[in-house]
Amino acid sequence: MFGAEAHWTDAAGQDTGSGDPASGRTRRQARLYRVALANKVLKHYGLTLADWDGTYFVLANRTGRSEIVDHLAAVWPVAERMAGRACDPLDPALIAAVERE
Amino acid sequence: MAAADLIPVNIVTGFLGSGKTTLLQRLLASPELAGTAVLVNELGEVALDHLLLRRVDETTVVLPSGCVCCAIRDDLGAAIRDLYGKREQGTVPSFDRLAIETTGLADPAPIIFTLMAEPVLRHHFRLGNIVTTVDAVNGGLHLAQHPESVKQVAVADLLVLTKTDLAGRARAEALRTACRRLNPAAPILESAVDTIGPDQLFTGDLADPSDRWEDARRWLGVEVETTAPREASPARDVNRHGRDIYAFSATFDRPLDWTAFGIWLTMLLHAHGENVLRVKGILQVIGMPTPVVNLVHPPVHLDGWATADHRTRLVFIVRKLPRQVIERSLSAFNRLATGGERPA
Repeated sequence: MFGAEAHWTDAAGQDTGSGDPASGRTRRQARLYRVALANKVLKHYGLTLADWDGTYFVLANRTGRSEIVDHLAAVWPVAERMAGRACDPLDPALIAAVERE
Repeated sequence: MAAADLIPVNIVTGFLGSGKTTLLQRLLASPELAGTAVLVNELGEVALDHLLLRRVDETTVVLPSGCVCCAIRDDLGAAIRDLYGKREQGTVPSFDRLAIETTGLADPAPIIFTLMAEPVLRHHFRLGNIVTTVDAVNGGLHLAQHPESVKQVAVADLLVLTKTDLAGRARAEALRTACRRLNPAAPILESAVDTIGPDQLFTGDLADPSDRWEDARRWLGVEVETTAPREASPARDVNRHGRDIYAFSATFDRPLDWTAFGIWLTMLLHAHGENVLRVKGILQVIGMPTPVVNLVHPPVHLDGWATADHRTRLVFIVRKLPRQVIERSLSAFNRLATGGERPA
């Protein structure tokens, strides 16, 4: 089912889809935390990520264009297309920006 | 489902002519292979006729040990699903381990990806040890000329040097050194010297409940540090594929935030997947009392720490990517979360 696919980044390895037992967060809290952390990286590319109904993520740029993604790993190719440049965690400019967060 | 309930999949890889088929023939004749299903490229190649117990269909046979042997027709994913279906229907003996022979030119990464990405497969199977055969006579040449061969060595959990009796000691030692540089933690067996049974090759991986720490110790106990590549390799460098690849281990004093680690690793694999050959390690995750093991797919939870040292240790085998930048980047991402940390 679209949007229902679990990914190893979803929880601390429990893959249950029921939250993050490591942190005691509920599934919803865990998703919102994931979105908040991802946004600290994505803002470097002028993009924002939002949770949509606990099922999908929505990636948007400053012009209001948006795309739906299933899970965290699927964010990066879409982000790269929307930003028009490589999303590379080893890019010194990105590392410096993340260090300033 | 817990990792212990999943069927481990062992990959047997190695360059053309490196003795993979000979190794498989030897294994298939062993009674210890009962309970294992083996997917091979060609049933004819492994010459099973003298071993045959019964033929299930044109692609599948059962050997006297109870081992199921099956040919991969085109698509590996389809072959595994078909075999699993036969197991469920009872048309082949039940098996609790699957071994897959790759073609000699195969890059093992897509095979690993197939296992991890297909929902049906990853709900029933998990990756076990990867065994790579290296021909002591021609292995040096293969490593110098074929990037697939380098990848096969770099991803291995266990290396089997073949034909060392033909190569002579000096050549075998040179190849051993080359393999160590690409993959410092994988034990090296010699098929001409060592007794190699299914136990030696297939068991003892990280998620194996009986023996899960052995692999972790092997990976993390050794001094994992090989030479980083030079900035510019000469175009005529005959060993350029091997020189680009190196391994290092990074230790972190304070726990990792799982979410930050997930964001960082998915982004790294997106940007540099081709150049990240292996990431493996024991992680101390914020809020988790026990260690977590990650190998770029669903993590495995261990029962406890084997030593008093509870720090996160990650081993990377990468091509060209600079160690300092990887460490700095992961640390920066981890500090996005509360309570981040720096490499030790």
